[in-house]
Amino acid sequence: MTEAVTIRGAGIVGLCVATELISRGVAVTLRDPAPSPGAHGCSWWAGGMLAPFCEGFTAEEPVMRLGQEAADWWQAQGVEVIRRGSLMVTLERDRRELDQFARRTTGHRLVTGADLTVLEPHLADRHDRALYFADEAHIDPRAALLHLRKRLEDAGARFEQSDAAPTGPVIDCRGLAAQDSLPDLRGVKGEMVVLRSADVTLSRPIRLLHPRFPLYIVPRGDGVFMLGATQIESEEKGRASARSVMELLSAAYALHPAFGEAEVMEIGADARPAFPDNLPRVTRKGETIHVNGLFRHGFLLSPAVARMAAGVATRENEAPEFYHEDHG
Amino acid sequence: MPIYYDTEIKSRLMLGTAQYPSPAILAEAFKRSGADIATVSVRREAGDERAGQAFWDMIGDLGVHVLPNTAGCHSVREAVTTAQMARELFDTSWIKLEVIGHADTLQPDPFGLVEAARILTDDGFQVFPYCTEDLVLCERLVEAGCRVLMPWGAPIGTGLGLNNIYGLRSLRAHFPDLPLVIDAGLGLPSQAAHAMELGYDAVLLNTAVAKAGDPAAMAEGFARALEAGRLGFKADPMEPRDMAAPSTPVLGRAFT
Repeated sequence: MTEAVTIRGAGIVGLCVATELISRGVAVTLRDPAPSPGAHGCSWWAGGMLAPFCEGFTAEEPVMRLGQEAADWWQAQGVEVIRRGSLMVTLERDRRELDQFARRTTGHRLVTGADLTVLEPHLADRHDRALYFADEAHIDPRAALLHLRKRLEDAGARFEQSDAAPTGPVIDCRGLAAQDSLPDLRGVKGEMVVLRSADVTLSRPIRLLHPRFPLYIVPRGDGVFMLGATQIESEEKGRASARSVMELLSAAYALHPAFGEAEVMEIGADARPAFPDNLPRVTRKGETIHVNGLFRHGFLLSPAVARMAAGVATRENEAPEFYHEDHG
Repeated sequence: MPIYYDTEIKSRLMLGTAQYPSPAILAEAFKRSGADIATVSVRREAGDERAGQAFWDMIGDLGVHVLPNTAGCHSVREAVTTAQMARELFDTSWIKLEVIGHADTLQPDPFGLVEAARILTDDGFQVFPYCTEDLVLCERLVEAGCRVLMPWGAPIGTGLGLNNIYGLRSLRAHFPDLPLVIDAGLGLPSQAAHAMELGYDAVLLNTAVAKAGDPAAMAEGFARALEAGRLGFKADPMEPRDMAAPSTPVLGRAFT
C-alpha cells in the first residue's frame, strides 16, 4: 500500500484522484503551477452536465455506464447537484433527427405539448416536442472545482505551486500538458459563451440537436446561461473564433429569440485532452501513473476514472477498465 | 481504378474526416472500406501555429492519399489562401476546391469557383472542384484547367442521393474521359451504386459514414455497393423493357 503520493496537476482529474486517495488513507500532495483552479485549466470552461445518456449518442459504451456514477459521487463530496434531468430538442426542419437520437440512446421519454410546458414553459413557447432524460443532472463546474480543492485542504492535502517533476510515487494528471509523456494525446478545441438574460428561464440543460451547429445551454441560476461547445480538431487554446461564437449565439437565438437581447458576459476557449478513441486512460509508465484523456467528459467520468487510478496506486485493483501499460 | 492527375488510386471511395465520434472510429472506417483518399479541412483547424497538427498526423498515419479541402471558405480570396496553406501543410498540390455560395445549403458559388480554379491552376495546383452538375459550369472548370470534376448528388449533409439523374448522365456523356466524382449528398450505399451504374468514377462521403450509428460498417457497406455498381456498369446492363405497353396480339395469346 502506497502511503504518500504526489499528484501533478490540480484540475478536475487531479482533484478527483486526490479525493479518492485521501479517502483510502493516502497522504496526498498536489503540485500545480497555478495557485487555484481557474481559467488556465480546461475544466474551468466545462458545461458541468452529468448527462451519460445523451453522451451515449456518440460516445463509447463505458461513458454511458460509468457516467451514471457521477451525480452521486459529486453529491457525496458536498457539491450541489441539480437533478432535474435534461431536454433535447430540434428545430422544426430537423424533426427526424430527434427520432434518430431517441433510437440510439436510452433513459428518455418523449414529452410534448402540456407536459413540456410544465417542465420548461419558456422552451414550450417555441418547441412542441422534446426528449426528456429524467435521470441526468448538472453542476456548476467552477463551484465544484473550488469546493473540491477547499475540501481537500481541510482533509490535509498539501498544495504546492510548482511545475517541477516530483520524486517518489507520482500520479500525473496534467491534461494536455502531459503530451510530452503521452504521444497519443491530442487537444480538441472547445469554445463557449456565457450569457445573462432576464427574459428566459430554464430549469435544466437544454440541448439543440442540429446537423451543423449542435448546442447545449446550461442554466447557472440568476439569469446566467452557459452556451457550449464547439468541438474542433485543433490544440489552440484561449482564442474563440468569431465564426464559432456566431454559431453558438445563432443556435441559442434559434432556440429562443429572447437570447438575442442577452448580455454577453464571457467568451472562452480551451483544448480538451483526448486519446484517439476519445476514452480516458489510466496508464502506468515506470513509476508514474498517468490519468488523462477525459475529453469532453471531465465532470462525468473523473469520479469513475479517479476511483480506478486510486485502485491502481494502492494496488487494490491493479488493472481496471481503462488501464494501459506503456513500456516505451 | 480512377486516375487523378496521373496518380492511380486503389479505391473508388473517398472519405471525409469530419464529425466522426472519434479518430479511432475514423481509422476503422478507412480500414474496413479500403478508401484510399482522405479529404481534410484546414480552414478552421489551423488556428495559430498549426494547432491542428496532432489530428493531421493521425490522418497521415492512415497511409492514404490526403486531399486537403477549402471547406468553410465563402470567397475566392479565402479559398485561394486556404489552398496555399494546405499545400504547405500537406506538401501536396492537390486541392479540393470549395467556394460556398449559400450559408444555409452550402451550395457552391459557381462564379467564384471558376475564378478560384483558374487562379489555383495557374499557381500549379491540381484542382478537384466541388461543383453542381451544371454542364456549362463544368465546361468552364475544365477550361480553367480542372482535370477532375466533383459534382454534388444533393446538398452537403442531406443524404438525399442523386437529385438530378438527367444532369449527371448528361455530364458523363459530355466528359467521357474525365474522372467524375459524386461529392456530397449521398446517404445510402444504393445511391453510391447508382452513381457507379451511371458510369461515375468515384464518390466522396462524409456525413453518411460519420453520422451513421456504426460508421465503420457503413463505410464497408458503401465500398461494397461501389464495387457492385461498377461491375454492373461494366457488364453492359440489359435495357429495361416496358411490358405494360402491349405488343401485337399473338394467335392463341400464349405469349402475350
